[in-house]
Amino acid sequence: MTPPTSIPPMGQRAKLLDMSNVDKVFNGNVVALKDMNLTVNQGDFISLLGPSGCGKSTALRLISGLMRPTSGHITWDGGMKSGDLGVVFQEPTLMPWATVEQNVWLPFRLRGKSLVQVQDEIMWALNMVGLEKFQKSYPRELSGGMKMRVSIARALVTEPRLILMDEPFAALDEITRHKLNNDLLELREKLKCTVIFVTHSVFESVFLSDRIVVMAARPGRVSSEVTVDAPYPRTEEFRTSADYAELCRKASDALHAAMNEHGARASA
Amino acid sequence: MSTTDMNMAPVVDEEELRYARAQKREKVAKWVLPVVVIALAIFLWDRIVVWNNIPHYILPGPGVVLETLIKDWGMLSSALMVTLKITLAALAVAVIGGVGLAILFTQSRYFEMSFYPFAVILQVTPVVSIAPLIFIYVDNRLAALLLCAWIVAFFPILSNTTLGLNSTDHNLRDLYKIYGATRWQRLRYLQLPTALPYFLGGLRIAGGLSLIGAVVAEYVAGTGGIGSGLAFRILEAGYRLNIPRMFAALLLIAATGVVIFTAASLLSHALLHKWHESAIKRES
Ligand SMILES: Nc1ncnc2c1ncn2[C@@H]1O[C@H](COP(=O)(O)OP(=O)(O)OP(=O)(O)O)[C@@H](O)[C@H]1O
Ligand SMILES: [Mg+2]
Repeated sequence: MTPPTSIPPMGQRAKLLDMSNVDKVFNGNVVALKDMNLTVNQGDFISLLGPSGCGKSTALRLISGLMRPTSGHITWDGGMKSGDLGVVFQEPTLMPWATVEQNVWLPFRLRGKSLVQVQDEIMWALNMVGLEKFQKSYPRELSGGMKMRVSIARALVTEPRLILMDEPFAALDEITRHKLNNDLLELREKLKCTVIFVTHSVFESVFLSDRIVVMAARPGRVSSEVTVDAPYPRTEEFRTSADYAELCRKASDALHAAMNEHGARASA
Repeated sequence: MSTTDMNMAPVVDEEELRYARAQKREKVAKWVLPVVVIALAIFLWDRIVVWNNIPHYILPGPGVVLETLIKDWGMLSSALMVTLKITLAALAVAVIGGVGLAILFTQSRYFEMSFYPFAVILQVTPVVSIAPLIFIYVDNRLAALLLCAWIVAFFPILSNTTLGLNSTDHNLRDLYKIYGATRWQRLRYLQLPTALPYFLGGLRIAGGLSLIGAVVAEYVAGTGGIGSGLAFRILEAGYRLNIPRMFAALLLIAATGVVIFTAASLLSHALLHKWHESAIKRES
């Protein structure tokens, strides 16, 4: 629990993971990803932004090792161990029969650690998401936003080198979503963690990330990358600043370019 | 803000109160209504017998049935014990066999492909039609009865548990894979808890079916002598035109069924009330 004191500026970060020339073909004919290249550095907050079906989820599943690329390589700097990865899905994906602390215990439990052994880690993670008072609650007793926090605590508890989030807040209301966005950035300041965050929202991606990877569909590929050079910590003030509006316009243009790229190919 | 709150407060209170009253009424009605209806039915039964002067070798009144129950308690209670023993043993074996087989099914698709049809054939063939064969091949009468009851009872447990084991959330399955869970861990921490509500639904059905299986098998087995169950006592009383005793034995069978169902429901509630939707009372 001793993260580096600060995240170095972009360009000075150590490499964490490399996706090189990755193709993913389903059933021999659906090309979900074509020649995808992505370098993830320690401390990056990367958003994957793109139209539906452009392979964002597929990219995350490849990185998580749930699927193998059809061709190309994904290499972790120093190899990948269990516990290096935390995952948050669009739904909270909690076990309804287990209490909050038992749900957060899961990654450790699967490594043979008892609840007592890792009590400190669990409480630390629950503290991080502000749910320390709810350790004995069942998921059904929590609101949608709180369930999502439990899910985030479970992803954090092993102090992973990389956290993958696939549209984690898409099913939440705007207010809860803003709150969780702010909290996520705070967590990132504290833990200096590396995040890949899939979203459909230009605004969300600009607010959260320092790198926006814009993807195009059919076949899924990286279209362009937008660098968000606004300094952290970012607060509600940033949301209403002129910088923010300008960055959103830039990201939005990049997204439209990516979608037209797709349109050009579809009509060709 | 506080003024609107104060203005609102009595309205909310009124509604809350009405809601609470409705809740309370429903809670009482849930118990009182069935009791009243059953009491009414028994009373009507009694009146019909009395008003029409029906002799009790055709339709005995409730009083006569109760008298017979007390008078013949020695014989009927030992018959009840026999039926109960077969029913519960069959249910126990059905639970072990059904759950065990379901687990094997989910561990190997080939095993499932090979043996699922067998389970279906056993299920769709009426037990009355297999029972005579079973009594020919199985010497031990008790074992034969048990086998018949088991055939009827195990299928709902098998099919429900299999469905439950296969109903795990796919994201949770992915998560287990990412964290490197073993097969055994996945079964124990994910699949079995997911299957629990399904299993308990199957158990409730199987409880009733094992009683039916036990009774039907005994009818087919016919003559019994010592160690005869309730079904045999009904047959015997029928031959002797002892209608009140038939009713008394019938009453015991029905009561047994109700007790088994209630026990299964209580077990289900005890295991699920903390987390499962079916057992949660929501305000709506
Ligand atoms: N298991 C699968 N089998 C076959 N095709 C698949 C599979 N998974 C994804 N695909 C296809 O791959 C393409 C990319 O899917 P993916 O789920 O990665 O898109 P996405 O960018 O996450 O979309 P969304 O924003 O809607 O979640 C789609 O055309 C989809 O139909
Ligand atoms: Mg997706």
